[in-house]
Amino acid sequence: MNGGARAQLTLGPLLFHWPAERRRDFYFRIADEAAVDTVYLGEVVCSKREPSFEPFFDAVVARLRAAGKDIVVSTLALVTSRREVARIRELAARGLLLEANDVATLQLLAGAPHVVGPHINVFNEGTRDFLVGCGARRIVVPVEMSAASIRVIAAGAAPAGVEVQVFGRQALSVAMRCYHARSHNLTKDHCQLVCGLDPDGLAASTIDGRPILTINGTQTLSRGYCVLLPELAGLRELGVTHLRLSPQAVDMVQVLRLYRDVLDDRRSAAEALQALRTVTGDIPYVNGFLHAREGLAWSEPPAARTTAQGAGVGAALRR
Amino acid sequence: MSARYLELVCPAGTPAALRAAVDAGADAVYCGFRDCTNARNYPGLNFDPDELREGIAYAHGRGCRVLVAINTFPRAGDAGPWHRALDQAAAAGADAVILADIGVLDYATRHHPGLRRHLSVQASAANAPSIAFYRQHFDVRRVVLPRVLSVEDVAQLVAESGIETEVFAFGSVGPMSEGRCFLSSYLTGLSPTSEGACAPASHVAYLERDGRVLSSLGEVTLNSFARGEPAAYPTPCKGRYVTHGRASYLFEEPVALNAIGILPELKAAGVTALKIEGRQRGRAYVTHIVGTFRRVLDALARGDFPATALDELRGEAEGGRDTFGAYRKGWR
Repeated sequence: MNGGARAQLTLGPLLFHWPAERRRDFYFRIADEAAVDTVYLGEVVCSKREPSFEPFFDAVVARLRAAGKDIVVSTLALVTSRREVARIRELAARGLLLEANDVATLQLLAGAPHVVGPHINVFNEGTRDFLVGCGARRIVVPVEMSAASIRVIAAGAAPAGVEVQVFGRQALSVAMRCYHARSHNLTKDHCQLVCGLDPDGLAASTIDGRPILTINGTQTLSRGYCVLLPELAGLRELGVTHLRLSPQAVDMVQVLRLYRDVLDDRRSAAEALQALRTVTGDIPYVNGFLHAREGLAWSEPPAARTTAQGAGVGAALRR
Repeated sequence: MSARYLELVCPAGTPAALRAAVDAGADAVYCGFRDCTNARNYPGLNFDPDELREGIAYAHGRGCRVLVAINTFPRAGDAGPWHRALDQAAAAGADAVILADIGVLDYATRHHPGLRRHLSVQASAANAPSIAFYRQHFDVRRVVLPRVLSVEDVAQLVAESGIETEVFAFGSVGPMSEGRCFLSSYLTGLSPTSEGACAPASHVAYLERDGRVLSSLGEVTLNSFARGEPAAYPTPCKGRYVTHGRASYLFEEPVALNAIGILPELKAAGVTALKIEGRQRGRAYVTHIVGTFRRVLDALARGDFPATALDELRGEAEGGRDTFGAYRKGWR
């Protein structure tokens, strides 16, 4: 279905604030059991969360490495303090590949190879080319991007890779203000890390009772999980090299297995989608952005697109 | 230009608003073309190239500069409108362009090296290394700082980066990191980032239910009001949401930013210019706000501070309430 190399599955950075031991055990299990090529560590949302995981960082890196996983360390989406800048410098000095989510990180890396994360706006080929010239080895496109735009970005990206999120809640905004704290009548400076109470985020509904958003500290995400299983083959046809699953508080090993099976034609997208429902419970799914619709929309895959054959999917994405 | 207490940069959503701002004492006005290349792409607003040329002539004739905002992010494969906007702004004699996209900045640097470049708030540059990046690669001369920084943060950033900064002084409060907020496209499918319209009017509705007015964006209810109560425009970050079973203005209360009470602090922080938000506002509003800031700034330059000015502007704030926003640490 695609002339390029085997599709790479990646596990995006954990966006939620889990207790450090749970986070460590999660990555140990990923190392031991998960069908994933690359794992992103690091904190994207809030620097106040960072110290808790630090004691386990090296052990997690070692375990993932021993399992043959590539490692990337993600960095903050909104950098405002000198302490946060110093932290990025320190991460860069560890010699691990970084994912830049704020332009600050691009500047601190000074041309060293890196991944451009989804929080840096790469909406067009002009920006892509400039950043590849600055050392971007791979570009994770913004969640808002449609298939038509991804096609343009992917077409001329080589030798850089292009990564698209295909599972998990989509990050819609980042702020200085902590809405998690605000929901508890606290402020960011005295937050008591209440974001840790919600390992899959805090539901925010409309006033007429429709769950619509998820709050995660200073970050706001979609309520539904983005699920692009029937679209995997089409994304490969567009030239996407890496497919990102963003960790949620569900059995991610099983989720990764389903995606890998579809990519390897061991399972049809329809079967995988059905199996995924049993893993994710009653969380709604979204795929609107890829289909150039409102992000919260879910287009049920027509029967033809749920087969393992890529042709129908590619045609649907080309529209 | 002569040393001013703080430069006053004012919104010009229309040619009439441009003249009003110039007449009321703006040091500079900012405006955009009538298309997706600027972040206030709303019906009835903005300039065509002829109007821009005329506006620049009017402003320059009265000692006022004109900054052209080309501050959205080109769609993939379609940078033409953005490049054309840059070429037209340069041809019209704009004093500077306000840019956000790295590709657009790169084009401007290569094709219009002599055209002064400011970094838009849409680029969300909130730290010294980011500013250094845009300066090193694109010779950006001024940064419009995101509305997420405290006065202390601003002072530190100015000291560290040594660049001209422009900060928001009045108008709506943007709680999210700007240029990177996908809430409106999540609800409508239209991207503010590339189309230039957050909460586009085509997707806004007000309907009555059980004696109340519900406002919605896309198919999603964002607020409800008693009959007769003024119904605020349904912008996603200004809506009410329910968490823990309780409805609240989760992101931001219906308030307006008003920094007129802390201008000496902003001056002491090393800020160069103040930005008045509101290209969607009419001539009377522009005249009133700009005129008030002009009087206060002139008084401050003389060493006075007219306390009455604070009360004057309070009535103009949305919902009659104002805030110092992120400038005060307790806000976040």
